[in-house]
Amino acid sequence: MTDTAIAAPVVGRSLWADAWARLKANKAAMFSLFYLIAMSVVCIVGPYFVPHQYTTIYADYVRTPPSLSSYPKPEMIETAMNDAVRRMRVDVKEWRQEGERVFITVTSAKPLDERNIRYLDRSDTFDNAKLDSTSADGLTAVMSASIKQQYFLFGTDNTGRDLLSRTLMAGRISLAIGLLAGVVAVVIGVVYGATAGFMGGKTDEVMMRIVDVLYSLPFIFFVIMLVVFFGRNFVLMFLAVGAVLWLDMARIVRGQALSIRRQEYVQAAEALGVRSRGIVLRHVIPNLLGPVVIYMTLLVPQVIILESFLSFLGLGVQEPMTSWGVLISAGAKNIGTANWLLLFPAFFLVSTLFALNFIGDGLRDALDPKDR
Amino acid sequence: MAGETILSVNDLRVRFRTLDGAVEAVKGINLHIDAGETVAVVGESGSGKSQTMMAAMSLLASNGEATGVVDYRGKNLLTLGKSELNKVRGVKISMIFQEPMTSLDPLYTIGNQLMEPIRRHRGLDAKAARVEALRLLELVKIPDPERRLKSYPHEMSGGQRQRVMIAMALANDPDILIADEPTTALDVTIQAQILMLLAELQRKLGMAIVFITHDLGIVRRFADRVYVMRSGEVVEEGKADELFANPQHDYTKMLLAAEPTGRKAAPPDNAPILLEGRNVEVEFKIGGGFLAGPPMLLKAVDHISVMLKRNQTIGIVGESGSGKSTLGRALLRLLPSEGSIRFGGQDLSKADKSTMRPLRRELQLVFQDPFGSLSPRMTVGQIITEGLLVHEPSLSGKQRDARAVEALLEVGLDPAARNRYPHEFSGGQRQRIAIARAMILKPKVVVLDEPTSALDRSVQKQIVELLRKLQADHDLSYLFISHDLAVVRAMSDYIIVMKQGKIVEEGPTEEIFGDPREAYTKTLMAAAIDETKFRQSA
Repeated sequence: MTDTAIAAPVVGRSLWADAWARLKANKAAMFSLFYLIAMSVVCIVGPYFVPHQYTTIYADYVRTPPSLSSYPKPEMIETAMNDAVRRMRVDVKEWRQEGERVFITVTSAKPLDERNIRYLDRSDTFDNAKLDSTSADGLTAVMSASIKQQYFLFGTDNTGRDLLSRTLMAGRISLAIGLLAGVVAVVIGVVYGATAGFMGGKTDEVMMRIVDVLYSLPFIFFVIMLVVFFGRNFVLMFLAVGAVLWLDMARIVRGQALSIRRQEYVQAAEALGVRSRGIVLRHVIPNLLGPVVIYMTLLVPQVIILESFLSFLGLGVQEPMTSWGVLISAGAKNIGTANWLLLFPAFFLVSTLFALNFIGDGLRDALDPKDR
Repeated sequence: MAGETILSVNDLRVRFRTLDGAVEAVKGINLHIDAGETVAVVGESGSGKSQTMMAAMSLLASNGEATGVVDYRGKNLLTLGKSELNKVRGVKISMIFQEPMTSLDPLYTIGNQLMEPIRRHRGLDAKAARVEALRLLELVKIPDPERRLKSYPHEMSGGQRQRVMIAMALANDPDILIADEPTTALDVTIQAQILMLLAELQRKLGMAIVFITHDLGIVRRFADRVYVMRSGEVVEEGKADELFANPQHDYTKMLLAAEPTGRKAAPPDNAPILLEGRNVEVEFKIGGGFLAGPPMLLKAVDHISVMLKRNQTIGIVGESGSGKSTLGRALLRLLPSEGSIRFGGQDLSKADKSTMRPLRRELQLVFQDPFGSLSPRMTVGQIITEGLLVHEPSLSGKQRDARAVEALLEVGLDPAARNRYPHEFSGGQRQRIAIARAMILKPKVVVLDEPTSALDRSVQKQIVELLRKLQADHDLSYLFISHDLAVVRAMSDYIIVMKQGKIVEEGPTEEIFGDPREAYTKTLMAAAIDETKFRQSA
């Protein structure tokens, strides 16, 4: 007999657990998932560990190429020292380096002011400047300063800001916009689409025509208008992006809701006397979540690209705040002279998008095994 | 009639890799098919009967693998390269499937789909292929074949589509025609026509037919030899007559005895009328709209009156599209309808959703498809207690759980089932869950919309018995909608025969079965009773 209850484990395995098991078997998706988690952690925590602020300008290190060894390089010390000393309006008589410190003997026509050493501290190359000795007439002095060892793993940009910390900060912004605008789009889209699909009839007609009208608005024009009225700010960015992308979501969800509405389990719930709210919450939305999750993972990269595109056009986030799009835009202008400005942010963006798309693909296979 | 053996299957094993490890669907079976004979492979769902043939044709799903030998005229089909295989598959061995709706491409005309394989395999030009396609359509007796060449699949009925599928399968003069449940999706009368056609074609063309089916009625009428399969193994094989007359294996005996038996006695004449519909009318609008002009009106239910007494079962019989399901839903006010509907003295015709809500617990519905009617994301416990959330909101979670246990025990399921999900259960178990969902509310009237049609015969019998037991225990009234006359006969004491939204004939069960008056009822009975005659002779 096939029809007797099987002695069973008490807890059943839900479709979600099944999907998770299938996803775990998908190596590309799992690798991408870990990569993405690592990327998020690095972008969130990383800036606290990078010794440079993303806003700090190192005048001595404009457009330094990326390097694993520390700066300043030996040949840069003299230039930096000469710069600092020139600001003191004195002349270098001689200088030597002993380990981590430089000793400079300067001469001047007028008596030396000991406060002059702060010019050494102000330089990005030195700190801990001291006036070791002054000659009796006060016209010659020996000052020393230690060389500040700095690492610019990703190099620096046109104004001498550390690209590593900027890339990580940009990652924060891009991922945040991706996630927030994604969530905005998904929430509006799911609620709107599920309502339209479930209500059906005239309500559905009217709601979907509104979507059609919004579709016909040119996106860039829409964003420019928002920027004109509200000025540029971060919140506006993902509102604008989210407000445009929920249209796709609403259409997808509506289609799904229409088909779920015709499922017998929804009719069964109606026959039980369950209210529309209960049907939408208990039956329609849980059964929609599969396609929604899939679409969301594909939506986030779309949002990130849109944001990058807007920032590239100069409509996005504002300096000194930055995003991958802004960095890439700056990098593209310097591609001949400082290609690392393009390469690093581009690598971060592209690899993140790759990972997101792989996860989306994996999720699709995991949630809809029949569609393969 | 039997000739040389043309296809032999030796020690065929089919394995599917799943997340829970390998599942062996076919466990080393042997069978052979001789030229010109008809072999039936019988078994219930999950017995591996279809997978055997799919494996033989190398049509397994991507996670499946087959080992063993499938020998067709000296070639092992399992090890053949793709191009070699295609010289056999679809040419010398062809298949027809269960679903005539999905086996045809909706974007191409019948003519296109027929001519393509003819041109590909025989290298004919377009003109010759057309002549050939026309001949095939005539062969399968499609009326007006000239015109049909130009029609699309959706313009044809299910029976006609199945005929086209047969024509396609015959296009290259096969040795073997594998028919995988070819009539399951069709109405009884159409079923009989298709089977007759197949028998006739076999006489004319002399190919061997492999019938994969769960329906023993078909087997008895058609097959020379029978293989009975159960969980991937052949449990019994032999000549059809001998096997039916003297089944050896317990499983075969069980299958043969699976016809639902027993009759339902009519309720006393003075039993109170619970649900009454008078001149119920349901119209559907088809098409129409802003630019499309006025919609076409289809009367799905046309002036039908029904009186359901307490403890009565009314069987509603008819072919698909006759409006029987629509009538059932209209009586429960799940569809807008005209006419008067009264339930226990209360007029429901004008009742809106909120007036209906408290009444819903007394008027329940069980669906045909046990796979579609349970939400896949909820546990069984959540599914069956959902009605309690609406009708007894004061119950605590614990009390609801206790009621769920009670309901599951009542329908014969392990109460542990309530923490599991519907996809972990078989069809019969799912139907029991659906029944538990209706019964937990202690209804008075239950509309059963083809509750047994999607189930195997032996499971069908159990469900019928369960429904009868529940009726006796709780004084229930059933509206039993079905196209399966054997089940209707066992369940109901009164029968309504419907066709195109109208009542053709109605009366007590024995009267309708014993002495049908209308021609339509007679054809319906003939298709079913023919089968019973065969059974009686065995």
